[in-house]
Amino acid sequence: MQRRQFLVLSAASIGGVLVYSLDRRAIRLSAQENRSVRILLRFFSQAEALIVAAAASRIFPSDDSGPGAREAGVVIYIDRQLAGPWGRDMRRYRQGPFDDDAPPELGYQSQATPQEVYRRALKDLKGFNQLTPAEQDLKLTQIEDSLFFTLLHRNTIEGMFSDPLHGGNVDMVGWQLIGFPGPRMSNYDDIDKHYGDAFRPKPMSLRQSTGSEIHPIEDEK
Amino acid sequence: MKTLPHVDVVIVGGGWSGLLMAQELGSRTALQVVVLERGAPRQTEDYAGGMDELDYAVRMRMMQDLSQETVTLRHSPKDRAVPLRQHGSFLPGSGMGGAGEHWNGVVPRFQPDLFELRSHMLEKYGADRLPQDHAMRDWGITYTELEPYYTRADLLLGSSGKAGNIRGNQIDGGNVFEGPRSAEYPNPPLKIPYFSALFNDAAKSLGYHPYPSPAATLSRAYVNPDGVARGACSFCGFCERFGCMIGAKAQPTNTLLPVIQKHKNISIRTGAWVRRVVLDSSRKDGRARGVSYIDFAGEEVFQPADLILLCSWTLNNTKLLLLSRVGQPYDPATGKGTLGSNLTHQILWPGVTAFFEKPLNRFMGSGAAGVVISDLDADVFDHSNLPFLRGGTLSAMSFGHRPIANFGAVPPSIKAYWGSEWKKAAISYYDRTGRIGFAGEHLPYQTNYMDLDATYKDRCGDPLLRLTLDWKDNERRMAEFAVAKATELAHAMGATEVLLSPPLRTYDVTQYQSTHVQGGAIMGSSPEYSVVNNYLQHWQMPNLFVVGASSFPQNASANPTLTVLAVTYRAADAIVNRYLKNPAALA
Repeated sequence: MQRRQFLVLSAASIGGVLVYSLDRRAIRLSAQENRSVRILLRFFSQAEALIVAAAASRIFPSDDSGPGAREAGVVIYIDRQLAGPWGRDMRRYRQGPFDDDAPPELGYQSQATPQEVYRRALKDLKGFNQLTPAEQDLKLTQIEDSLFFTLLHRNTIEGMFSDPLHGGNVDMVGWQLIGFPGPRMSNYDDIDKHYGDAFRPKPMSLRQSTGSEIHPIEDEK
Repeated sequence: MKTLPHVDVVIVGGGWSGLLMAQELGSRTALQVVVLERGAPRQTEDYAGGMDELDYAVRMRMMQDLSQETVTLRHSPKDRAVPLRQHGSFLPGSGMGGAGEHWNGVVPRFQPDLFELRSHMLEKYGADRLPQDHAMRDWGITYTELEPYYTRADLLLGSSGKAGNIRGNQIDGGNVFEGPRSAEYPNPPLKIPYFSALFNDAAKSLGYHPYPSPAATLSRAYVNPDGVARGACSFCGFCERFGCMIGAKAQPTNTLLPVIQKHKNISIRTGAWVRRVVLDSSRKDGRARGVSYIDFAGEEVFQPADLILLCSWTLNNTKLLLLSRVGQPYDPATGKGTLGSNLTHQILWPGVTAFFEKPLNRFMGSGAAGVVISDLDADVFDHSNLPFLRGGTLSAMSFGHRPIANFGAVPPSIKAYWGSEWKKAAISYYDRTGRIGFAGEHLPYQTNYMDLDATYKDRCGDPLLRLTLDWKDNERRMAEFAVAKATELAHAMGATEVLLSPPLRTYDVTQYQSTHVQGGAIMGSSPEYSVVNNYLQHWQMPNLFVVGASSFPQNASANPTLTVLAVTYRAADAIVNRYLKNPAALA
């Protein structure tokens, strides 16, 4: 059996926000504290996780327009998705023959699962997290047309804006960036008001707004 | 194969048409009715924790599991088909209520001329002006004959809207181009969100006739004629791809199931995967004896029944008939056969994304909240100088913007799609972006059809259904026209920048259009070109009915569910009032 792999994050690297530990308890780290947190990885090795974290944060950087993939914990989100049914293509039609030469308008036809697409691409990106941001951007530009980049781009947006129960969007930082209030039960009194003015109710996660434990697909056995 | 005890009626599929048939036959007669649904049971309470965009809208928790079954697709008969390996241009549902659970609930009626499309178009334009390889047909029924059933369907759902034509009197504020209604909608329209209100004003300023989209989502609390009570919509913005947690959006589970559960003569079996209609080879006149299915435990069983109603989704109805060898498969080379012909989808991709100065608060919304124009629909406008026939509706819907699907749209002046520049622009425009969408008719053609695939199999080892489908010039030109009109509307709404949809080229399965797929077992007045009569009864097999949008000879610009309910009501009436007294051909 493969040895358990952890992602070790320093408080400074995640900018002082909430992270979820392996038993899903929220731990608040602040930049002043000199401590780190170990997060159990479900799919990535630690080296792979560091590359994905670095790449996701070039796609969605932390900059003067606000926090990015790093603060949102996008790499944790992607790790869980890859380990879950999506990463293993559990709901995709997987019978052959696989016709890789079919026109692109007929959709993805290859045999490789998202797990395999990531794993292969990450082999070619060894040391990516040690490059300077400019070198990282150049490298990503070179692979912009790859399936891996398409998946990473899509997964980064998902990790920024999905409900925090999936491991990303920590502290709802993604939702706060764009003024999305999360699953709000009723907008009946507001739907035909606020014409032209920003109406920004305080975000609530699904667990907060329903008051119940919700189990995401990736946690199902 | 184990034979189960005989029942009077077996219904294949637990969606809108299957459960409506079960309700009508089971509550109006003492017949023993069994519904076979291959997915899992569902009820409103299941949706309480369901406002999760990732699991429901992105990972598509409510859709068919494609690892078990899909379809294959090719663009023309000379191409090789490959499977749709993941969901794309349409989203078949699975489980109790089917796709009727996760729809948006938009419920327009079809334009009257659509029911007599072939006659109307030939008479008005002549054969030379119609596309050379079209397969337009009359339905064997008129709008006037169907109107009472449309009204019943509106009452069932509690449709919320504004009539534009009551018994020939045109009414401002409704769709003045629609066919005459016998009455006003049961409920007033949904409230109009800001983005849709901007469209309403802009459309008026350009001389169009905007009206609120008709909705199966209630604008106020309502009790339908069957005694089923539902509450008003809260505009949470989680409709399409989600089940409604408060039951405001009409779904088979909240509208039909409460009635069905009161009748002991109706039973529903979930996890029942029907493979064949079993034929009675001893009779020359053609009769079905029942259906065979794999039950929830994986055992194949035979369910004998007197009356068999295929009410599964469009594509599966055709697949079951092909697998069961009922009727003659359509052959595009010879034009012979009817089963599988007239496959149509809908043009729902074209439109424009408009960028505005002011925030739109687009997280609030409802699947059918919005404003529509029908000035460019069907044949209501002048086509004499246009390079295409027919048309569609333009609309500004306020479904409720959810962030994974909507984040990232930036005006054409921003070239990047990742990195700081893109991120900054995408955040800035996130709530200042709206889409003016087009829903256009897709004409039937001789080369768009369905048959069985020779290579790929489903989980039972049965061949997958193969779709041969592509857009033609009529759709491409219509789309180009629609994008130009949408652009004018966007500018009239005050858009600062406008991003146009790319031109329609070949049919693209990776781009969601709509789940409005029609045809395969079409209705008509003659077995020469249709599979079922206008009561949806199979021409060759009087105790077999094939119900749903599989019976539509062509796509309308309008969403099909209300029409599915109307033709189902009409078929149910014919079965109860006529067929049961004399189980023979109804037409």
